[in-house]
Amino acid sequence: MSLFFIVALPFFGALLPGLMNSAGRSACAGVTFTITLAAFVGLLTNLPAIIAGDIVMARVDWMPALGLNFTLMLDGLGFFFALLILGIGLLIIAYARQYLSRNDHMGEFFTYLLLFQGAMVGIVLSDNILLLLIFWELTSLSSFLLIGYWKHLPEGRQGARMALTVTGMGGLAMIAGMLILGQIAGSYDLSVILQNRELIQADPLYLPALILILLGCFTKSAQFPFHFWLPHAMAAPTPVSAYLHSATMVKAGIFLMARMWPVLSGTPEWFVIVTTAGLVTMVLGAVIALFKHDLKALLAFSTVSHLGLITMLLGTGTAFGAMAAVFHILNHATFKAALFMSAGIIDHEAHTRDIRRLGGLRTLMPVTFVIVCLAALSMAGIPLLNGFLSKEMMLEEANHTKLFGSPWLVPVLATVGSLFSAAYSFRLIGHVFLGPVRDDYPAKPHDPGAGLWLPPALLIVPVIVIGVAPFVAEPFVKLVTAAVLGTAADLPSAHLKIWHGLVPALYMSIIAVVGGLGMLAIFNPALRLWENARRPEAKVIFEWLVESSARLAQLLILPLHNGSFSRYAAIGTIAIVIAGYYAWATGTIGAPTYAMQTADPVLISGWCMLVAATLGMVFLHRNRFLSLILIGIVGLMVSIGFVFLSAPDLAMTQFTVEVVTIILMLLALNFLPNRTPIESSVLRRTRDAGVATAGGLASFALAYHYLLRDPVGAPISEFHLANSYKGGGGTNVVNVILVDFRGFDTFGEIIVLSIAALLIYALTETLLDGPVRARLLNRTPDQPRAGDRHPMMMVVLTRGMMPVVMMVGFYIFLSGHNEPGGGFIAGLIVSIGVVMQYMASGFAWTSARLKYPYHGVIGAGVLVAGFTGIGSWFVDKPFLTSDFTYVRIPPFEKFELATAALFDVGVFLSVVGAVMLSLESFSRLARRAETPESLHPMDIDPSRTDPPDVQMKPEGS
Amino acid sequence: MTHWLIAPVVLPAMLAPFIVLAARFHIGIQRVFSIVGVLTLIAIAGGLAWAASDGTVLLYQLGDWAAPFGIVLVGDKLSTIMVLLTAVLALFVLIYAISSGWDDRGWHFHALFQFQLMGILGAFLTGDLFNLFVFFEVLLIASYGLMIHAGGNERLRAGVQYVLFNLIGSTLFLFALGAIYAETGTLNMADLANRVDLIDAGETVGIRVAAVLLLLVFAIKAALVPLHFWLPSSYAEAPAPVAALFAIMTKVGAYAIIRVYTLIFPTDLSVTSGLHDVWLLPAALLSLAIGMVGVLAAKRLDRLVAFSIIGSMGMVMVSIALFSPEGIAAALYYIVHSTLAGAVLFLVADLVRTGRADLNLTPQPPVAGATITAGLFFISAIAMCGLPPLSGFLGKLLVLDAAYGTDLMVWTWVVVLGSSLISIVGFARAGSVLFWKAQSIAPPQDAVPKAPPATMSFVAAGGLITLLAAHTVFAGQVHSYTTAIAAQLFEPAPYISTVVDTPGKLSEPTEGH
Repeated sequence: MSLFFIVALPFFGALLPGLMNSAGRSACAGVTFTITLAAFVGLLTNLPAIIAGDIVMARVDWMPALGLNFTLMLDGLGFFFALLILGIGLLIIAYARQYLSRNDHMGEFFTYLLLFQGAMVGIVLSDNILLLLIFWELTSLSSFLLIGYWKHLPEGRQGARMALTVTGMGGLAMIAGMLILGQIAGSYDLSVILQNRELIQADPLYLPALILILLGCFTKSAQFPFHFWLPHAMAAPTPVSAYLHSATMVKAGIFLMARMWPVLSGTPEWFVIVTTAGLVTMVLGAVIALFKHDLKALLAFSTVSHLGLITMLLGTGTAFGAMAAVFHILNHATFKAALFMSAGIIDHEAHTRDIRRLGGLRTLMPVTFVIVCLAALSMAGIPLLNGFLSKEMMLEEANHTKLFGSPWLVPVLATVGSLFSAAYSFRLIGHVFLGPVRDDYPAKPHDPGAGLWLPPALLIVPVIVIGVAPFVAEPFVKLVTAAVLGTAADLPSAHLKIWHGLVPALYMSIIAVVGGLGMLAIFNPALRLWENARRPEAKVIFEWLVESSARLAQLLILPLHNGSFSRYAAIGTIAIVIAGYYAWATGTIGAPTYAMQTADPVLISGWCMLVAATLGMVFLHRNRFLSLILIGIVGLMVSIGFVFLSAPDLAMTQFTVEVVTIILMLLALNFLPNRTPIESSVLRRTRDAGVATAGGLASFALAYHYLLRDPVGAPISEFHLANSYKGGGGTNVVNVILVDFRGFDTFGEIIVLSIAALLIYALTETLLDGPVRARLLNRTPDQPRAGDRHPMMMVVLTRGMMPVVMMVGFYIFLSGHNEPGGGFIAGLIVSIGVVMQYMASGFAWTSARLKYPYHGVIGAGVLVAGFTGIGSWFVDKPFLTSDFTYVRIPPFEKFELATAALFDVGVFLSVVGAVMLSLESFSRLARRAETPESLHPMDIDPSRTDPPDVQMKPEGS
Repeated sequence: MTHWLIAPVVLPAMLAPFIVLAARFHIGIQRVFSIVGVLTLIAIAGGLAWAASDGTVLLYQLGDWAAPFGIVLVGDKLSTIMVLLTAVLALFVLIYAISSGWDDRGWHFHALFQFQLMGILGAFLTGDLFNLFVFFEVLLIASYGLMIHAGGNERLRAGVQYVLFNLIGSTLFLFALGAIYAETGTLNMADLANRVDLIDAGETVGIRVAAVLLLLVFAIKAALVPLHFWLPSSYAEAPAPVAALFAIMTKVGAYAIIRVYTLIFPTDLSVTSGLHDVWLLPAALLSLAIGMVGVLAAKRLDRLVAFSIIGSMGMVMVSIALFSPEGIAAALYYIVHSTLAGAVLFLVADLVRTGRADLNLTPQPPVAGATITAGLFFISAIAMCGLPPLSGFLGKLLVLDAAYGTDLMVWTWVVVLGSSLISIVGFARAGSVLFWKAQSIAPPQDAVPKAPPATMSFVAAGGLITLLAAHTVFAGQVHSYTTAIAAQLFEPAPYISTVVDTPGKLSEPTEGH
């Protein structure tokens, strides 16, 4: 079967159990089993090629530019691990079917399990190390889901997060390591990397790459000092522990070290780091395991210890060490998975995993006893079982290893590790199964059905077969070892056998077993000693670490993002000023091209008024009405400035905008208190003053600099000046720029205006629907209202003004193209005319006489402008291309007809609609507050016969 | 003369006033027009991307005026692909807005939505800096309208901060434009590229300040630290579909930086050296770090997502700040990823909100539909953290690869990988509390079960995830295209000559330029 299928099957198959959950538990398990079996058989079909020494490859390009391709490779090593993953997977699936209870969502479980399985198979079959990284992180994610499967258990949640964090961290480090490795080798394909041992080891980046990759391996394989997450991952359901945390996932780190062995090993750095970490892990794990009372915790730490053993063997960098490592991986996988499943059986039957509450199960659970006995003895290194053989090889290798210049260090520590390993194995048998039968088990234990005990029993078969007849496994072990070694070393000639003669390893083995029995004999005093000792508690430390980093993060982030806008603006402004100043300070300044002009007294007085008004604003802004007046002065001075700079259009626009804005703001002021309260401290205001001054000075410096200098080329405005009449048909350049040269900008700006109006409308509507409505209804004005709100004088005057204003607007609109004016100004003027009617006679009266809703006016305005633009498409010209012609209708003089005028109509309509809609929205708020509204044009009307419907006296009194 | 290039701007610009004029009281009609409009937009955008994919630079001279005197729209590979991305995102966001009923909780949603699209698409297409300012205004005011859609005190408060901070940005934009015009006498980008070359080495302060101010304007849009303060609360408070659409808005800033600082101020331009080529990268790294630390610090899911957007933008900016073809190619790949991932996270946050009292990261009883929501959250969190198998991981690899061998390589790698870890911890904490710890809380006896979110809401979020998956599976093709985009950006001569040398109305026939 193609390698793609073997990897893809579990992933695509993962959909099935989730979908089939309601079809029943057996259906779920069955379909999962079938998928795994299919992948397993597919793997076996590649066996002949592997035996023949071939490497099976499959390749699809994915991101060739990056060097990330979907390249798979199957050699002896990959085959070995894939076999473990899928083979043990089959047993686990069968076991889990029985193990999970009715309350557990089985489809979810098997979906996660298959995802995990696919990721694992992906790791061991990857030829591309970036692809391997992807699968690597996927195992972290799927194991996160599996560990946290029992969501209601806090241990599960914490364990899942701890595992994800630690292995995730290692994975991230490994990304860096792999990238460096690939950059050195020039390819991310293992087949290339493995050929470049000398190149890689000679590179200065070899050491960082090695450390980063090892970080990934050590975290995944729970090597010291990252061993702490594994026991907490045991909160997962037992099938998960058995599968992930003994047989497969934790071996991923080991696998990678084996995979990379030809290129990374053999250097002093590799030797020191890997061997030391392995050795420490082996001893530490074994010691901790002995004193654990939870069966699964004991097994977890024993796994840590055995992984350390394998790591140490890989670290020595010799071919024999590698072979011993391979052999031990095989042996450990068999007996440890069997032990985990047995622990699950005990938990399942006795309802406890606490060794102190167990004992005497030998007679109650004879089948389980036999399985555990054989597996544990193998773990302890008793002859005729497979654990003995690989442990002997390990001790032999240890005997030849010299670390930190001492020939004793490794052998002694290896023996100590083996001693504790034997001790906890014996404790497992002794304290759980031997001893008297108790009567206080939480549940009455008995052997389970074959569905639960058969999977571990099947695993015991290779434990015994290999133990008795190691030559059976030898060809396979050598095949795998050859794959590990690659071209870096020759296959060792040593054979797997039980009896090697009276070698030191045998004595060390005997010391370990005897010492282990002795240790068990003094277990109780030793336990007391252990429990009195102060030890760091990984879970507490980890939780503390996470929580305190979260708190630190909050300390760092929350005060900074506390919602204080003035602070945000201050930081932003300072950053802008500093950045601008830096750019300035690092540049060069040439001489100005203009001389300073002298200012005449009129200009200076205008400038003084501007400054005075602005300063007045700063000090008097708490009085809102006053500040409005001051804003008016500023606006007026700016308009006059435009006049001085020969821009009458801008001046007119600015002027009318000022009028409209002030009216709108006056309306808004109606709902606000007269004064702004002081809410900030003097210190804060001093800071703000400083920031504002810095910003102001920076703006001044910039303006001063640019005003005295010419641009590098002729500015585009020269073209506009030259072509305004010829190309745009108008002598008012500003208007031609607005409606023709840059009409698209204007189109955008009228849309901005329209959106603003729609927004104000939407906002007031939402406000009126919300709690504000009640507040408005209950509002009593803080100042006396005018008794005569719609005075006759005003009404008469505004009515009279209306046609005049309309006429002015019309004139301004028409004259726009050649004289100052245009649609924008005309729109504002007409709006002012209408606003006057609102002010004079009130909202209700005016609205009742309104034919066109302002929404429609806005929409129509933008549409007219847009359609004018689109119109040019019909003569095959781009959007907004203008054309004009001159016509003469007697008795008038010749006048110009320009498409731009139509566009200007759109501008006009949008402006009128937008201003009026905003005004209307404010008025709606006012109406809520001050009912009833008069439907008459004025309150005191001599022609009216009905009595005035508004109270004459001020409401406040 | 074809007019397709302006269609992405004109279509929503006409659709919106039409909706205001004719359909403002009929949500059903608005929805139909909005959806049809966006579907048409996707088709047009697809066609434009196809037309530009062979390296053609599409040019549209507004009013038939030649650049630099009139405004031009320019469609090259970069701008057309951004237009396509926006249109596709808009479709899913719109589906969500309609199915969740968000569009009916206030006024003028669809009109504002179309105007918003117009602003964004115009910003991507324009070849004129002042016109870019106009489109920035359009998208700012429309986004403000969308942000405060449906009202509420918190939302209005956040909205005011949003609009105020961005008005600072707009003011700064005017300063920058004034400075650039004073220095060069032109506003057309291609013309600027020609003119900044003429600036004398003895007179550089003007253009240096202008270049920096313009960068800061775009940095505000891109939420680059320390100009990011407007983002967390406004994105968190905005209605979910709006926040999802905003995922592309920060990209407008990133796009503008890519455009302006490869075309006008490339790093090999001596008069502006020592500015963005030096300082953008540290700022981007800081953004990435602050964003992801914020993910860990957040006490509410919506804030968490908002901070992850800052981090994600930091990642984009890190890659852009390398200013190399590899860096830009990686940045563009990541931009697509970050847009989709950010959008889907906001939608998922809203799905979480449905049925919960609030989005505080405290355990509350599980609600109907929580399993699918949890799954969607898991996947989108994976995407945002940059974990395999989704495109964030590939994007991260590309960025790291692009940074290999650069001066700040160690810093870049440490921050990129370290912030990944922080975000993993942050998202794992949040997800664990929201979805797992919830299982241990029994719902109160008298609780009325709330209805699960509408199916189409899940479809919208799922659709974005499908796009993320496609972005992963076809990463090779996408990346080779972004590489081609980067190559086009680093060879700007055809772009410049197309814009500057195409004659328009009243152009004098000239030989060369």
